[in-house]
Amino acid sequence: MTVTKAGHGDRPQPAPGPAAQPASPVSSAGLPGREPWPYLALLIPPTGIPAVRKHLAARRAARSGDKFTARALAAEAATWSWYSAALAFIVLLAAFAVLFLTANNHAVIEKFFNPGVLRSSAPEVLRGFLVNVELFVIAEVLVLPWALFVACLRMLPGPAARPIKLLAIGYVDLFRGLPAVVAIYLIAFGFPIAGLPVLGSMTGFELCVLALVLIYGAYVSEVFRAGLQSVHWSQAAASRSLGLSYVQTLRHVIAPQAIRRMIPPLLNDFIGLQKDTALVSFVGLLDAFNQSRIVASNEFNLSAVTGVGIAFVLITIPTARLVDRLTARDARRQGSQA
Amino acid sequence: MTALLALDQVGKRFGSTEVLRSVTLELKEHQVMSLIGPSGCGKSTLLRCVNALESIDAGVIRIGGERVSGPGVDLNRLRRDVGIVFQSYNLFPHMTVLDNVTLAPRRVLGVPRAEAEAAAEHLLSRIGLWEKAREYPERLSGGQQQRVAIARALAMGPRLLLLDEITSALDPELVGEVLGIVRELAADGMTMVLATHEMTFARDVSDVVCFLADGTICESGPPGIVLSNPEQQRTQAFLRRILQAQRI
Repeated sequence: MTVTKAGHGDRPQPAPGPAAQPASPVSSAGLPGREPWPYLALLIPPTGIPAVRKHLAARRAARSGDKFTARALAAEAATWSWYSAALAFIVLLAAFAVLFLTANNHAVIEKFFNPGVLRSSAPEVLRGFLVNVELFVIAEVLVLPWALFVACLRMLPGPAARPIKLLAIGYVDLFRGLPAVVAIYLIAFGFPIAGLPVLGSMTGFELCVLALVLIYGAYVSEVFRAGLQSVHWSQAAASRSLGLSYVQTLRHVIAPQAIRRMIPPLLNDFIGLQKDTALVSFVGLLDAFNQSRIVASNEFNLSAVTGVGIAFVLITIPTARLVDRLTARDARRQGSQA
Repeated sequence: MTALLALDQVGKRFGSTEVLRSVTLELKEHQVMSLIGPSGCGKSTLLRCVNALESIDAGVIRIGGERVSGPGVDLNRLRRDVGIVFQSYNLFPHMTVLDNVTLAPRRVLGVPRAEAEAAAEHLLSRIGLWEKAREYPERLSGGQQQRVAIARALAMGPRLLLLDEITSALDPELVGEVLGIVRELAADGMTMVLATHEMTFARDVSDVVCFLADGTICESGPPGIVLSNPEQQRTQAFLRRILQAQRI
């Protein structure tokens, strides 16, 4: 943190300090012929030089009595110092990352990122991943109408609907509280064992879809309910006062305004659903995770599992960015309305 | 001629608070009634009860001689005849001005789109906002939004129009344009009940002025009497306060 002080004037040598430190112990640990440290250290000077120069110029200006220029230059020096500090921090992290990956004679790279294993296991793992994709696509499509149905039950007006509402609340409480892996286990193993009429004869895949729909239906129904209730009641009053019925009001006035606000949390739940498809490996479905575990135990190497992880991350990133963009858009829109 | 709107001993309570106490009033067709009174005296609640946005706990409301309060009344049918304009406009923000105005005629009355839009053009031209028909409400000023809200209510061809403090949320320089439209409607013979704090306007436009206090009608009569020479002490006190406030 000596770096930040450069702008104020007591230490005109910011960045190289902290960045240089990791270099020495690491290189002494010894990896002959493969030392990236000197090259990484090269990243520091470009931002450190202007920091020092601005600082010196600021001092000169201060001595000559030009307070205003001195202040401006000192501010610039501070900015450059912050750049240097940030860069130094990143270099430090990168150094530790390399240290971690290469420790114990490259054991981490070997066990987690072995290119050979990654390549040879790719066909099986990708075939398994198709099972995950099928699971979450089907589950996502089925969750929407199911959750909407549950949300509507919870919002039924009038005292006659009270028992139905309680039932819907009970369902949501149950499946939000139940760990997903337990629910999948109970449904996919339990139903066939119990020999239930229709449910017992469903395939493992179908039962897993059922379990995922039940679990995420509980979450998504809450998203729907919150979205519909977030539209101010005066909108409903205006619509009803024009003679539109309850259902027409919901369809033309409330829902179109609510859907915009529902999409970001809905996509968040979908990301959760996508990840949770890996849990079906616990009931014996040959999904990507299960396939990769087979590879892992055969090869005594986890690279295939890493590959599955990468696949899951890659498939959720677009959704995550979309959520960010929609959230930002909503924030802008609310700002313009206020 | 029977009254277009008749309230008989109407009562309304929120929990233990009595908001309206045996309110009885009548309004003939083509007449304008102003409800005045201090904040919280029940003006808005009274209007909301008339088009059944609130249910009433006692008494009877009749429109055109037909009982419209109590269980089993077709509220959607009633509301076609009774339009209301709110203090906070309540335009639908996800629809253009044109869609705001045509939504109810199209969905409730089943008017074809072209016909509904022709009618909307007529209404919007009349309030001088036809060129804003394709804009969204948030692009309009408060006064313009409130004028659209009036057009939206008129699009259903109501027999009775309720105006709930429609200028209270407006900047002072925008009040005139909204009141101008109400004045025109009154001249055209629209039957209206308006809750208002604009005393001068109430005097100009109404046939009857009702002073409400504590949920009941304290005094009512022609504006010349109620606003200039009230009998009740409470009315006198209220008008004195209003007058003082406007002098400041």
